[in-house]
Amino acid sequence: MCHFHRTFWTTSVNKKILPVIWLLGGIEMEELIKLHAATYKELLKNYVDTQDERALYGVEKVTKAFIKENILPEEIVNLHIDAMEEVSTKLNKDYKHSMNFLLEAMISYGLAMQEIQMLREEKHVLESEISVAASMQETLLGTTKPSIEGLDIGIVSVPAHQMNGDYHHFIKGKDGSLGIAIADVIGKGIPAALCMSMIKYAMDSYPEESMSPKSILKNLNRVVERNVDPSMFITMCYAQYLPSEQKLRYSSAGHEPGYYYNAKNDTFKEIDAKGLVLGVSPDSEYSEYELVIEKNDMIILLTDGVTECRDGERFIESQEVLSIIRKYAYLPAQEMVDNVYKHFERLQDFQLRDDFTLLILRKKV
Amino acid sequence: MNLTVNVVEENEKSVLNVSGEIDAYTAPKLKESLLPLTKKEKNKVEVNLENVTYMDSTGLGVFVSALKSTKENNSTLTLLNLQDRVLRIFKITGLDEVITIRAAIRGGNE
Repeated sequence: MCHFHRTFWTTSVNKKILPVIWLLGGIEMEELIKLHAATYKELLKNYVDTQDERALYGVEKVTKAFIKENILPEEIVNLHIDAMEEVSTKLNKDYKHSMNFLLEAMISYGLAMQEIQMLREEKHVLESEISVAASMQETLLGTTKPSIEGLDIGIVSVPAHQMNGDYHHFIKGKDGSLGIAIADVIGKGIPAALCMSMIKYAMDSYPEESMSPKSILKNLNRVVERNVDPSMFITMCYAQYLPSEQKLRYSSAGHEPGYYYNAKNDTFKEIDAKGLVLGVSPDSEYSEYELVIEKNDMIILLTDGVTECRDGERFIESQEVLSIIRKYAYLPAQEMVDNVYKHFERLQDFQLRDDFTLLILRKKV
Repeated sequence: MNLTVNVVEENEKSVLNVSGEIDAYTAPKLKESLLPLTKKEKNKVEVNLENVTYMDSTGLGVFVSALKSTKENNSTLTLLNLQDRVLRIFKITGLDEVITIRAAIRGGNE
């Protein structure tokens, strides 16, 4: 019985391990393993003779090398059994039986280890696929911050994971107006990111000047309602800045309210806009609102990643976000948003649970 | 933080008592309990959120799909006893106008 087991495992282990060895580097690797096996035997002999602790330290190093070479635990027990046969002639029958018993007990560990190895490789493949997808997304959804006379724009958008479920877009109209979309897909990660591409292409297909914020949202709502999973929806704020009239016209589809900073009174006010998120009801209508913007006034648009971020167990309240914006308000808009993000990133237990997007417009003249 | 969900079946009514935090990790658990209830024809589903201290947008997603399911199955969905922070996100997203919410009523649902 005992012999049967040992021969059985030696051969089956070899079959399993050989292809791996070849993959890893052919004969060289095989030699290396043999070398480590010899070291193991030597260290074992040394320890049995002297109980010198240096042998224990030595075996720790050998084990690490074995792990690197994907040697399974049952193979080490096997190696140990062989080595003991050489080291000592005084082995009794019970000991030998017990070692075969241990060998059997290690097999599940071996299988688990192989599985981990496989998962690790799969994970690596997935990670590189996701990073390809993420950079593709960046290209697809890329938007350039426009330069508009008299308007200072700052934008920061940071994904919580590899792919960003937040989206912002600038559309410069021929009449000098600027369209700004900021959106957040509910649902995180890859499905959310894919959904954003759909929004972007739907928006690209609209004739730019004929669309008002409310009709853009109404149209997008239909697209989203028809095309996405029932548990997914999108919040969006669409704003249009009209320099000739010094006005901001905007509509919101359930988006986190932004803020209006009035420079004359030095006050922040929540930008109030009602509207159902995109993708829930097929015939939603959206209201349109207007704000008059004067010199040094600011418009602050954000996603709920900003207000939902936490410092440990503590939520960061919107008042805090505003006080940080105020702190950096003397800077150009881009430096402002960068500094606000950095401020939160520096908090000790800060964790970005959701994608973070902050957009600031300031009227300069 | 964990989420616990327990279902109390009453006459023609299912009450779901939820406590903890609803986020990307716990939302699937809520969905598993909630969606089958809304699929029962004419069922009245009440979700008691009194002990839910935090909910993110993934949680909203669960309620939106439950709402859609009630429309397909002639069942109803009512949310009860929402804490302010949770109620706020239903208001911002406009979902308070399409989902029945009784925010302030306390007791009587235990």
